[in-house]
Amino acid sequence: MAARHTRPVDDLVGDLVQDLRPIRPLLPAGARALTWLAAAALIGLALACIAETADLRQRLATPDLRMAALGALLTAGTAAYAAFVTSVPGRPAAWALLPLPAATLWIGASGLGCLRAALDPAAEAHAQTGLGCFGFLTAVSLPLSVLLVVMLRRACPLRPNLTAALGGLAAAAAAATLLVPFHPEEATATDIAIHGATVLAVIALNGLAGGRLLARG
Amino acid sequence: MALEEKLAAAMRAAQGGDGTAYGALLRDCLPVIAASVRAQGLRGEAVDDAVQDTLITLHRARASYDPARPFLPWLRAIAQRRAIDALRRAGRRPREVHDPVAYEAEIDDRPPPGQGLEARERAAELARAVAALPAGQRQAVEELALRERSLDEVSAATGRSKVALKVNLHRAIKALRASLAGGPDGRA
Repeated sequence: MAARHTRPVDDLVGDLVQDLRPIRPLLPAGARALTWLAAAALIGLALACIAETADLRQRLATPDLRMAALGALLTAGTAAYAAFVTSVPGRPAAWALLPLPAATLWIGASGLGCLRAALDPAAEAHAQTGLGCFGFLTAVSLPLSVLLVVMLRRACPLRPNLTAALGGLAAAAAAATLLVPFHPEEATATDIAIHGATVLAVIALNGLAGGRLLARG
Repeated sequence: MALEEKLAAAMRAAQGGDGTAYGALLRDCLPVIAASVRAQGLRGEAVDDAVQDTLITLHRARASYDPARPFLPWLRAIAQRRAIDALRRAGRRPREVHDPVAYEAEIDDRPPPGQGLEARERAAELARAVAALPAGQRQAVEELALRERSLDEVSAATGRSKVALKVNLHRAIKALRASLAGGPDGRA
């Protein structure tokens, strides 16, 4: 793209016309976001085979855990939608703010869970799960991020870093949603810190690496 | 609005593979693209480069155009982005210097930055001091000192005697010296 042009613009127009093939317009952003969420749900189904669903019901009965899971799910959906919208030229960058309310719910409910755990002495028994969470979140975020970048490249992201960072948020939030069946009920402050750091790392990596990939698209 | 509808229809046809409509579309887009990249500050050959970059991006991204939405905002967003890319490239490119030593050693004889500002501040300060003088003294300063008219001319124009004008000028200069010396920074 950086090559400077020396030929007349008429020649370029002629070449582009010759290269023209019928092309199907991309599906709307909502449909593409749902496709991606369906792929994330498939990973969730695969993981459900090894999760303890009896424990899951008990965890989801706890209000703050239920709210945190709902917040993460909504963040994944809204961030994916915002990423697909911002990948289309001419759409406002303000769409990037769409996941903020859901992310606030996710972070707030997680913080409440952490506070509840801090008041419960039994919670300390689960303090060693942090590194496992890091591995889980990273391992699930990675394929979801790659899939999202591949899908986003089909559009024309003019703000590649912003779009890729939104994709990172979507992937990290989806991974956090899928983590719910595997996580102990009481999340400690260490757990929350590791979750937060991992989510931020996934967003930053997507913003940098994904942004470069999208810029070349 | 006619242009918008014409371009949107041509783009829909181009997405369907209509080469004639596509060629006409690209040519019709040229002035729109050129205006958009000029609005970002590009000039000369850089405009042509950005126009061609925009056409190439338009071609690659044509699937991202949603036929249900307006075409011009989509096109202008691509053109603006390509213009910004061109400006960034130009900013990163080192300037050509054939004789670095001479370039570094060259003396810039233009006034230093801020000098004009200081002069304007002094002039404003003086104008305030003159405006604060009594009417007779102010007239003497304005006519004799600032406009550099002769005593005879000013005397004839104002009807005041030459001695009165000289006395007023003398008193005015004394008052100005006192007021400017007593300014906030104590400058004489």
